[in-house]
Amino acid sequence: MVLLTIMVGGSTQLSAQTKSKQAPVAKTKAVSAAVLANGKKVYTKYCLACHMADGGGVQNMNPPLIKTSYVLGNATKLIKVILNGMSEGVEIDGETYTNIMPPHGFLTDQEVADVLTYVRSSFGNKAPAIKVAEVKAARTAKK
Amino acid sequence: MKRKFLWPALLLSGAFLTLYAFKSISVLPTPDPDNAGLVLPQGFGALKVAETGAKPRHIVVTPQGTIYVKLARVKDNKGIMVLQENKDGKAQVTGGFGDYPGTGIYRKDGYLYTSSNTEVFRYKLNDKNEVIDPTKPEKIVTGLKMGRQHETKSLVLDNDGNVYVNIGVNSNSCQEQDRGLRSAGIPGCPLLDSMAGIWQFKKDKLNQSYGQGIRYASGLRNVVGLDWNQQNNQLFVMQHGRDNLNSSWPELYNEKESAELPAECLYALKKGDNAGWPFMYYDGVQNKKIVAPEYGGDKKKEADAKYLDPAVAFPAHTAPNGLLFYTGNMFPEKYKNGAFIAFHGSWNRAPEPQKGFFVVFQPFKDGKPVGKWEIFADNFAGSPEKAASGRVDHRPCGLAQGPDGSLYVTDDSKGTIYRIVYNKK
Ligand code: HEC
Repeated sequence: MVLLTIMVGGSTQLSAQTKSKQAPVAKTKAVSAAVLANGKKVYTKYCLACHMADGGGVQNMNPPLIKTSYVLGNATKLIKVILNGMSEGVEIDGETYTNIMPPHGFLTDQEVADVLTYVRSSFGNKAPAIKVAEVKAARTAKK
Repeated sequence: MKRKFLWPALLLSGAFLTLYAFKSISVLPTPDPDNAGLVLPQGFGALKVAETGAKPRHIVVTPQGTIYVKLARVKDNKGIMVLQENKDGKAQVTGGFGDYPGTGIYRKDGYLYTSSNTEVFRYKLNDKNEVIDPTKPEKIVTGLKMGRQHETKSLVLDNDGNVYVNIGVNSNSCQEQDRGLRSAGIPGCPLLDSMAGIWQFKKDKLNQSYGQGIRYASGLRNVVGLDWNQQNNQLFVMQHGRDNLNSSWPELYNEKESAELPAECLYALKKGDNAGWPFMYYDGVQNKKIVAPEYGGDKKKEADAKYLDPAVAFPAHTAPNGLLFYTGNMFPEKYKNGAFIAFHGSWNRAPEPQKGFFVVFQPFKDGKPVGKWEIFADNFAGSPEKAASGRVDHRPCGLAQGPDGSLYVTDDSKGTIYRIVYNKK
């Protein structure tokens, strides 16, 4: 619990930094219909089975992607969930989930950026777009 | 003259009314005007016994009308909730005990057996079926493996002093990367040593674990609903079949096929049986045992015939969480000794419409399924649209038979306990 608070606290700070630096770029990206269309395609093929068409997840099993601290939070941390998966069963905004999130490192940088941009501008979310360069950086950075 | 005539008549009719009222109260509670929102066959009614505000899983109702429910999550530090019924069929919470979450609960021969997600306990009951000392259960099984998924330990007893415990496996199909894209199966699947089966233990020996138990049946991914069939003295279990055929193997299975495969299977078990997980799954469309794609399957190749055939195959991903052989006298004759199955409802049919959220009846004769199953109690979801979207109101989970033959159903989503009665004369 303590750990989580630190993590969430940390990610809020980080995302605030990212936001102030990249907000203008992100805005133009977020309105690109091509990115959203491709993001939706990736989402439908690789994410929908678990997180559902409405991003609402499945009670106790798969978390929602609606305004969670991960979805709205630090970009690198979010990208790493997609690349490396997630299976520690940590609390996500006060709930735990029994299923696992398999790694999706097989997606291209473009696909990861697009699907996350789609998620961050769908299901009631409003967060800056994820850029290909950020995915590239997260992929090469240490875990 | 008039008076003398009236008094006995009044007395008589009064006595008759009292008797009649007493009879109707003790025999049948009045169903809720809307049958608690359920859709039932003609002549059946339902009422909400209680709103527990918890996550009730399996349930026991004693001959005295005490209700014990095992909770998926502890509430106020209690993992077992105790309720007492009033004459009108509504019940209040009167206590609780056991500080562990879990699913399994079963009553047999003066004991209440319960499980956490790693252990099995039993509590001695007095002659009113009350737990004598809720703080001192006997720990009969300990150290069972538990993953994050399929962690619950359902249990049931036979008539020979044994308890049967499900140990679900924390994997979908024993892939190197669980639920990963095109991830192969681990050769031989070592998880089968200590998970993915039903283990048998003695009901009265303390601190048993894998060393003292027997792996009674193997190759069962996860079982939540199970019951002992008294007619042919045999264990029946409902398996939760594997998921993710399309998301792991998109070249082999399209979304529609993935939603309809594999069947959720009822198995009649004998000692030593192997239902084939993770090497195969049962295809309820072709009615064949098919090799799993993780182990070289191509959607058509048939699996080794040595694996157990199901007794009945049900729609895919509907998540059977409760199984009960009905031995009561309240329901019409056709239900006697048949199986009720509570389907918790699917998630892995998306983007196809979700399914389940109902209680099914499968007729049996002499301990064997005969004829087609039918939906018995429907609309736990609240509406067909809610069922299709999976955003449902209630999810049926545990089943129990009351002393008068009523059928009790728990809902571990909103926490409702239902009672279904037959009221046609
Ligand atoms: C096999 C099911 C499955 C698939 C497929 C899947 N996820 Fe997940 N996802 C999960 C589970 C389960 C968790 C939580 C894991 C945990 O608690 O340890 C999770 C966690 C997450 C999280 C962080 C927690 C949150 O709710 O914000 C994000 C973001 C996420 N997934 C996005 C995606 C995206 C995007 C895709 C597709 C590229 C995807 N997931 C595919 C099951 C899945």
